[in-house]
Amino acid sequence: MNLGELRFMQRKVILRVVSKFLIPFILLFGLYVQWHGDFGPGGGFQAGVIFASAFILYALIFGVEQTRKAIPAWVTRSGLAVGVLLYTGVGVATLLLGENFLNYNALAHDPAHGQHIGILLVELGVGITVCCAMITIFVAFASRARS
Amino acid sequence: MGVTVIGIIRIRDLFSVVILTGVFSLLGAAIYVVMDAVDVAFTEAAVGAGISTVLMLGTLALTSRHEKTTGQDRSLPAALIAIIAGAFLIYGTLDMPTYGDANAPINKHVVPRYMQESSKEIGLPNVVTSVLASYRGYDTLGETFVIFTAAVGVIAIIGRGRRKRKKTDETKGADA
Repeated sequence: MNLGELRFMQRKVILRVVSKFLIPFILLFGLYVQWHGDFGPGGGFQAGVIFASAFILYALIFGVEQTRKAIPAWVTRSGLAVGVLLYTGVGVATLLLGENFLNYNALAHDPAHGQHIGILLVELGVGITVCCAMITIFVAFASRARS
Repeated sequence: MGVTVIGIIRIRDLFSVVILTGVFSLLGAAIYVVMDAVDVAFTEAAVGAGISTVLMLGTLALTSRHEKTTGQDRSLPAALIAIIAGAFLIYGTLDMPTYGDANAPINKHVVPRYMQESSKEIGLPNVVTSVLASYRGYDTLGETFVIFTAAVGVIAIIGRGRRKRKKTDETKGADA
């Protein structure tokens, strides 16, 4: 795929319409995998990748400039750090509550309930970091190709 | 899978090769589903077949679409090394317990505890998630840091140049 083909892809009407139709569902599925990972297959990592793939599809069809309007660089860059900080923050919170690092039992009175909260927050951190990392890497490559 | 591998080796058009590696990953994901490892299959399908294919396409857009052929033919020594390494790997698997053996060491160590106690201790139906996020929380934290570092590395190497170029464009516009 060279530059010409990339432009060709951006002009195709069918691709534009179908991807516009699909992207909300991809985002919804990403959220489902994120919050439902403790009951079904999936979790933060997979959810982050699916969520990012929606933005990557958008970037492929509508161009990087448009994508950067939808999700600016500062959002993905700070998102990278926010995810990791959320994960370690949960660990530090358990430390402050008098338990071992990342021992979620301390987060609620009922240990199982605490585990639930901890896993949910940690998976959210993983999801944010993975999603932002994928978008950052793709945009870095794609904007190189454009110039 | 064998057919796709032969295709990947033989075809010189890199665009088709990238798509074939995506097909290979998807077939791998199907095998994981057959082996009841749904979480792994999910990751393989999303990352191996999806994201890495797109990233390879992005790299192709940066470089060229066709493989450059070198003058000399090195396929014979390469094949020899591959066959020797493969023979060692197969020799290594001869000692392994049969797949799904309940008495295998991997099913004796911590797995019974995870399977029996995790519903009491963690209360989640998906044991994979409770192992990943709670029992092995440190490992997952490390993985998250790896991904963070990878993205930061990409920004540091090729993300910054773009911004600089944009700035020079702006100053050019101001001059004009």
